[in-house]
Amino acid sequence: MKSLTLELNGAKVTYEVEPRETLADFLRERCRLTATHLGCEHGACGACTVAVDGQATRSCLRLAIMCHGRSVQTLEGLEDDPTMEVLRRHFHQSHGVQCGFCTPGMLMMARDILLRMSHPDAETVRSQLSGQICRCTGYSGIVTAIVAAGRELGRAGQAKVVSEPVVPVAAIAAVRTKVDD
Amino acid sequence: MKAAIFDYVVPKTVAEASTLLASGGAATAAIAGGQSLLPMLNLRVALPDLLVDIGRLQELKEVTATSTNIRIGALTTHAAIEDGKLPEAFGGLMQKVASKISYRAVRNHGTIGGSVALADPASDWPGCLMALGAHVRISGLKGTRSQPISEFVLGQYSTSLACDEIILGFDIPRPDAALRWGFFKVVRKSGAFANSIAFAVAHGRGGPASVVLAAAADRPCPLPKVAERIEAGDGSEDALQRAIADDVAALVPQDDGYLMRLHVSTVLRAVREVQAR
Repeated sequence: MKSLTLELNGAKVTYEVEPRETLADFLRERCRLTATHLGCEHGACGACTVAVDGQATRSCLRLAIMCHGRSVQTLEGLEDDPTMEVLRRHFHQSHGVQCGFCTPGMLMMARDILLRMSHPDAETVRSQLSGQICRCTGYSGIVTAIVAAGRELGRAGQAKVVSEPVVPVAAIAAVRTKVDD
Repeated sequence: MKAAIFDYVVPKTVAEASTLLASGGAATAAIAGGQSLLPMLNLRVALPDLLVDIGRLQELKEVTATSTNIRIGALTTHAAIEDGKLPEAFGGLMQKVASKISYRAVRNHGTIGGSVALADPASDWPGCLMALGAHVRISGLKGTRSQPISEFVLGQYSTSLACDEIILGFDIPRPDAALRWGFFKVVRKSGAFANSIAFAVAHGRGGPASVVLAAAADRPCPLPKVAERIEAGDGSEDALQRAIADDVAALVPQDDGYLMRLHVSTVLRAVREVQAR
């Protein structure tokens, strides 16, 4: 077992983990954060998408221990996020949810798209969303919701191109230095 | 599935990484972005005893540009290239190639060094770097060496890397004249493994040209006759079509009409893009 310290949804946490444990299993089994869904476990479906240091990440393709000293955000940590608030409303209005299995990954990726691009059109959203699989094939509502959310956020001047990932807090930087030493 | 048991270590220096990699031989694997290795671990196709995480080595992150050369660290991610964070010397070719690799969440972590070290025949960077005439910078217990990427990639998942060696990065010569390029890739679904990838580059008009076809054979292959046609620049359509058919026929089984048409068309589209620039 290895000691893992990271910033999880804004709080510094420490756990003992097995090296072979993926970030997805760590989040679900140890932290009981079950919004992150596991579909294929080999990077094909996108259901397990989270943000690591602010960057969209497939949590099945990241070992938990690789996130030592980093910042991880899951859907649970974005309840008060302004972009997510708009996305949630449009997913509801445009019926962007059927069985709901892909929804957490769709929302995480949708937020990533809207943070990188303002006013993406449907074609851009479809291309950017190509790594997220909805086996109900409910893409139409999902794409409509993201395009509408992009329009609303663009009007409010909140959607900005983010070029740098979110920098972890100083406490985490200290942990990282310790790891690197 | 879940990965089998392995140990995990984070070396602090390149030399320490080499010592660790040498200690376990074939049972040890280096991991950087892990976007190809994690699926293999999860599916238990790869079964290392020890993972050496080289993803925090600063030396592998350096990107420098001189008047003649662009040096790219092995840990440069596809997303960083897609977002234009490299010195712009290749007219946007690398940016375009990066943007078509897998999906954004994978591009955020997948690295150019990892892609070349894996040498998947259907991957983008080995062929692209070959077309650009890149050298691979390699470090191991005996020191550092540099090798043209055309000699570095030996075949399917096979390179000249010894078990103690890691890729530091790549040296790509800065083109003498504005690079005219063409890139075309056939995938059944956006982000999936490619069925055919063609890269064509020409250094200005009348300057040297290079054409590389990937996903056709066990490694990316140069298409010399096609490159000659671009250099000639005489617009002879018959001669171009003949050159493409000849070069592709040398790589693809003659009796497979579909593969012939697929690769010929991919190369033709890349060449057309060069001609239009």
